[in-house]
Amino acid sequence: MTDHSQPERVTQPASGLVPEAPPLEVTPATAGRRRGKPSVTLMIGGALVAVVVLSALVSFFWTPYDPVQAFPADRLQNSSPGHLMGTDRYGRDVFSGILYGARITLLVGLIAVGIALLIGTPLGILAGMRGGFTEEVSMRAADILLAFPALLVAIMFGAVFGASTTTAMVAIGIGTIPGFARVARSGTLQVMSTEYVLAARAASQNAFRIAVRHVLPNIAGIVVVQCSVSFAIAVLAEAALSFLGLGTPPPTPSWGRMLQESQQFLDTYPMLAVWPGVAIAIAVLGFNLLGDGLRDRFDPKLNGER
Amino acid sequence: MAIRLLVNVIRFIVTYVVATVLVFLVMRAIPGDPAQVALGVNATPELLEATRREFGTDRPLIVQYFDWVAGLPIGDFGTSYVTRQDISPLVADRVQVSLILVVLAMIVALLIAIPFGTFAAVRHRNPSGILISGLSQVGVALPNFLAGILLVVVFAVGLGWLPANGWTPPGEDPGDFIRRVILPVVALASVQGAILTRYVRSAVLEVMSEDYLRTARAKGLGRMEALARHGLRNAAIPVLTVTSVQLAALIIGAVVIERVFVIPGLGSMLLDAVGNRDLLTVQSVVMVLVSITLIINLVVDVLYTVLDPRIRKKA
Repeated sequence: MTDHSQPERVTQPASGLVPEAPPLEVTPATAGRRRGKPSVTLMIGGALVAVVVLSALVSFFWTPYDPVQAFPADRLQNSSPGHLMGTDRYGRDVFSGILYGARITLLVGLIAVGIALLIGTPLGILAGMRGGFTEEVSMRAADILLAFPALLVAIMFGAVFGASTTTAMVAIGIGTIPGFARVARSGTLQVMSTEYVLAARAASQNAFRIAVRHVLPNIAGIVVVQCSVSFAIAVLAEAALSFLGLGTPPPTPSWGRMLQESQQFLDTYPMLAVWPGVAIAIAVLGFNLLGDGLRDRFDPKLNGER
Repeated sequence: MAIRLLVNVIRFIVTYVVATVLVFLVMRAIPGDPAQVALGVNATPELLEATRREFGTDRPLIVQYFDWVAGLPIGDFGTSYVTRQDISPLVADRVQVSLILVVLAMIVALLIAIPFGTFAAVRHRNPSGILISGLSQVGVALPNFLAGILLVVVFAVGLGWLPANGWTPPGEDPGDFIRRVILPVVALASVQGAILTRYVRSAVLEVMSEDYLRTARAKGLGRMEALARHGLRNAAIPVLTVTSVQLAALIIGAVVIERVFVIPGLGSMLLDAVGNRDLLTVQSVVMVLVSITLIINLVVDVLYTVLDPRIRKKA
């Protein structure tokens, strides 16, 4: 699995070669842009994510067939009005499986991103505010975690605790912590150098209050962007894990396993691979575009670049 | 600069040691006794005791840890509890296959990304530039195993030009090696190329807005000439960083691709070991993968320190 984190940070490598970017406060210029019309990127991303979310929601109330129930008489059918996306080798309706799979994908993404958000963001804020030894230790910790990509953590956890949706969620969550820690730290460093934080410190407000009142609201935008980007990573990692048989165990439908099962029928029923593949691509593309679109709105220093 | 290099090396060592502790502890979190797993439920207590001694699992955890870590730098990973075979020669064999795959894929990815990324940046307002950006965005969203499956559908099953899977070592039959390596390399490289195209594009875009480029243009150089003589060199630094990070990611990505194409690399070894609950092998292969990542990071940090005058001065 590749790391699909987004390119924008390349302009600010860890070495700190690039001068400090302007603070992320809301200036009249950025405020105007926030009120402006949403960009095409944001709209397409939002629409694709909406399709995935809707599929998941619909699957709670309705699927054309029971996605788990096998109908041996109907096995390996091509697309037809009765089975929009055909059926698999057990006669299960592929469309129903895709709808249900959206649920698993979103569940894994939500929990994984939630874990990374709740651990990585405070860690990054702490590092950015305290500096010195605290910063060194937390950033080293993030570096160590960087050497353990989500997929590798998940494979390890799969070996130790057995394959399950929970293992996958926790492992992917741990693997995506460093991204949040880094983003939160660099945002915090910028906020800490602003005049209103200096004023707050001069007024001897305590650190926790400064973190909650000034740092958190100002880095919320870039953290939301990180959520969206990490969601895309989580979707890819979940698909890869299920594909390898280390994710959601059967019979619960998951897109990665549908792809894996399609492999034996590539010569006769290639569409069995295409449907779950398209579903994964839509979800990842959606969250990536949504992240890009949100970044354009929240990150003033990229103004006009795209 | 010497101090800075020393800091790099110390950081590497600390990170490495913590990583070994993490991997070791996670792998020991498994409930149950490796000897019991190896022998089954009907083993006699005496046999269990003997097997524990053979595996060394009767010793305290800390002793087991140091025993394992001491072997790592010399590539001695111990004996598998499940297959009872020495793990090291197998790792040495498999790591070559994976590295061939990853290095070839990265070369192809860069061959895709540098021209397309530069083009997309230079033409970022034209439809052609926007089209490349859009395509790269779609490429990023494709899991590499899906790319692999689609390539098999088209080029192996549909057209019958290339074999669908398998591996031949390059020394054995170079022709067959090339035929078999093309699809997995393209599967890895197409997704990686899309990711890198986006980085190259944004690095070149960044450079294009720099004052020195405007100065070069003002002195009469054409856009492409100015970019070629002054811009690309500066755009190369962030791209180099990303390439190294992505190289590490690609090694993990290869795990899945090896599964799709039935390639006997480190990834297949890891997944087989997971399937067999062969914990010492899992532990060793994970550590090899993590080591490769950490070494790449160290090399990049050192290169930065040596190559970039701004960092050199700081020390």
